[in-house]
Amino acid sequence: MDILEDILQKEAKKSEKYKTTDVEKNVELELDLGNLLALDTNDLNLQELKSHKEKYLLNLARDNTQLLLNKLWDLPSERREEIVVAKLPAGTLRLPREKPCPKPKPLTKWQEYALEKGIKKKKKTNAVWDDIVQKWIPRFGYKKAELERQKDWVLEVPGNADPMEDQFAKKAEKKKEKVSKNEFQRLRNIAKAKKIKVPKEGLPTIANPSSDLLNTAAKVARVSTASLGKFQPKLPKEKTLKENVIAPKRVKRDHSKISSNDEKSSHLKIIDSILGKKPKLDIEKAVNRQVFQDQNERSEEKKTQKSKGGKKRRKTSIPSKARKGGKISKPRVGKVNTKKGKAGVGGGRKRR
Amino acid sequence: MKILSDERTKSVFEKLAKFIGGNIKLLIDRPDGKYCFREHKDRVYYMSQAILDLALSCNKEQLICAGTCFGKFTKTNKFRLHITALNYLAPYAQYKIWLKPSAEQQFLYGHHVLKSGMGRITENTPKNQGVVIFSMNDMPLGFGTSAKATADCKHADPIAIVCFNQGDIGEYIRNEDTLI
Repeated sequence: MDILEDILQKEAKKSEKYKTTDVEKNVELELDLGNLLALDTNDLNLQELKSHKEKYLLNLARDNTQLLLNKLWDLPSERREEIVVAKLPAGTLRLPREKPCPKPKPLTKWQEYALEKGIKKKKKTNAVWDDIVQKWIPRFGYKKAELERQKDWVLEVPGNADPMEDQFAKKAEKKKEKVSKNEFQRLRNIAKAKKIKVPKEGLPTIANPSSDLLNTAAKVARVSTASLGKFQPKLPKEKTLKENVIAPKRVKRDHSKISSNDEKSSHLKIIDSILGKKPKLDIEKAVNRQVFQDQNERSEEKKTQKSKGGKKRRKTSIPSKARKGGKISKPRVGKVNTKKGKAGVGGGRKRR
Repeated sequence: MKILSDERTKSVFEKLAKFIGGNIKLLIDRPDGKYCFREHKDRVYYMSQAILDLALSCNKEQLICAGTCFGKFTKTNKFRLHITALNYLAPYAQYKIWLKPSAEQQFLYGHHVLKSGMGRITENTPKNQGVVIFSMNDMPLGFGTSAKATADCKHADPIAIVCFNQGDIGEYIRNEDTLI
């Protein structure tokens, strides 16, 4: 009965759509589950390869993948957000380098010296206790400058130094010099490491200099003699320089040359031009015109008011035009301001 | 001591013209001597010829001030009038505001002039005009810019600003260290 069942099962499987999960191989595959890699070292069937190349290779690939996946199912699985996930072990295959191995950096001048003398770097703590200020002063970084200033609230003048010398300025100068020296040496180390040749003194050479640079260089070369290029023979196409082109003298403005009268007259001219730009009269005219209008309007209103029979009208009911431009003065009955100009309105009197 | 360049002279005169108007000519063309403007460390000084000669004989780095400082040029080359120019602005001022005694103190502390503090104002003062501010005893207190024209002042409510404070003699105490 069991045998019958087995045979039936096998028949059923064969007729199934999918191929079997059991794959037989002569040589076991090397599986690297960490990298999801399967290495098949079995010999290829040359006959099949020649006859049905694509199909054979496809089947081969499917079989190998099947074996790999079978192994994957054996791995410990976990559930993450309703998805069953297999935990892959670390990969065994070592992938080759993408880039070539880095070459060891050439030692800097200091590093060579330290190696030679056997000097090892001492680990220093950041904060240093200072008794004067009774605080921990950081050796570098945040709040260093402030606390240093507190600590060095006074600097002693050493015995051999000039009493009028500014010790604080001297200290600041020294620090600047140190920083710039360090920077210079750092750049020198970089140049040495990259095998860039830097001249000991002067500027490094440029591969393709422009004509301006060449001209400047020629000028400088000409002037770099003991007598500052005075007796230097001229090249065939060289232009003679004006005096003091390299280091021009500071031009001192001679105040005595510009006489005070000239200055005065030029100032008066400037003032005239400024005052000429101001349109004074126009505003006055506009204001006077507005006031004229206001008074006319008000007299008309008063007429209508009288005819309607004494309706009280407050100041606020006066149209906005009058408010903005004109002045509220007691309208002189019968007299209308016809004068135009500065003295026209209000007679120039000061009023509250 | 440098002679002011043309653009700088122009900006100085324009600023002065806002307060004095045509009377600038009286500053330049004086009957009692030759007066001139000079520049030193971005500050403009007004001095007579005699003082100028003395100032020129000094070392530039050691010279602090000569004559009267009218104001200074800011970093963007704009001219700003200082309170030290008040002595020359006050007598030639075209538009004036007189303050009530109760409002003087507020003004001297640097606040603007409110309508309630304003006693008198010259007629026809346009808006945004440079004005010189006096106390009721005709003592110059400072200068500023009018916020409203004379007509508008009358309609304004008592707490409205009538003049912006641009300089007052209280600055002599408040800004002691920045005046020089």
